[in-house]
Amino acid sequence: MKIIRYQDPELGTWSPLNRLASLREEMNRLLDGSLAGFSENVGLFGGWSPSVDVYQDKENVYVKAELPGMKKEEIEITFQDGILTVAGERKQESEVREGESFRSERFFGKFHRSVSMPTKVEAERIKAAYKDGVLTVELPKAAEAKAKQIEVSVS
Amino acid sequence: MKPETNTLERSQTSRMPSWELPPANIREEHEAYLLELEMPGVSKNGIEVTVENNELTIVGHRQDEPPKGEVVYRESRHGDYRRSFEIDTSIDTGKISAKMEQGILKLTLPKAESVKPRKIQVVD
Repeated sequence: MKIIRYQDPELGTWSPLNRLASLREEMNRLLDGSLAGFSENVGLFGGWSPSVDVYQDKENVYVKAELPGMKKEEIEITFQDGILTVAGERKQESEVREGESFRSERFFGKFHRSVSMPTKVEAERIKAAYKDGVLTVELPKAAEAKAKQIEVSVS
Repeated sequence: MKPETNTLERSQTSRMPSWELPPANIREEHEAYLLELEMPGVSKNGIEVTVENNELTIVGHRQDEPPKGEVVYRESRHGDYRRSFEIDTSIDTGKISAKMEQGILKLTLPKAESVKPRKIQVVD
């Protein structure tokens, strides 16, 4: 299963330091030896990366993404070749605002996360809901995937 | 001179290991300070905002249930949120208002009358 790693927003850093902090993160990642995904992770290039959870039961696969402060129309969900992609852009309410900013820890801009499914799912029956800043996608498992599971549990 | 810069500071000591620390944006406008906190999974019923002495504390209780079934992969911590800020007398604590929008808590902290910018008429 290939998932882009989540970049924890560095709490407590002031806006001018955010860039530097994410650069440091990227350097650490390089040193970790995981070159794959370096260019995919948009953290360094002005985006952000929401956290994603994947659950499954007998009937469904559930993907949960924390996307606070979005409009549901701005969330783009696509499914292709067994990979679910959630993308979008979180916009600042207005670009220019009066007054001084004291703390700026929230990330704005584009994001893009892909999750490959642990089993075959029925693409036509995928459902999604967005509530309290949390996106939940329900992906019903395909009949053959369910049949396989039953075999295993009987033996 | 900008005495306001010290008005809102996170008090480090109030961070407890079991709480999640929500990212915050703070901006000063003419009439008020605007504070935004990211708390996905919290609805307006799960928010507690308290002011005690000089400390503004925001607690967000998650109401969303994790999805059914077993965990395949997990990045979120799914904990309740808490964060405290030190505030001074330049804020009218009686008039703090809050709004919750898709996991973002927006607090308006109005400035006390005594610190608001005032236009002074020149009389001859």
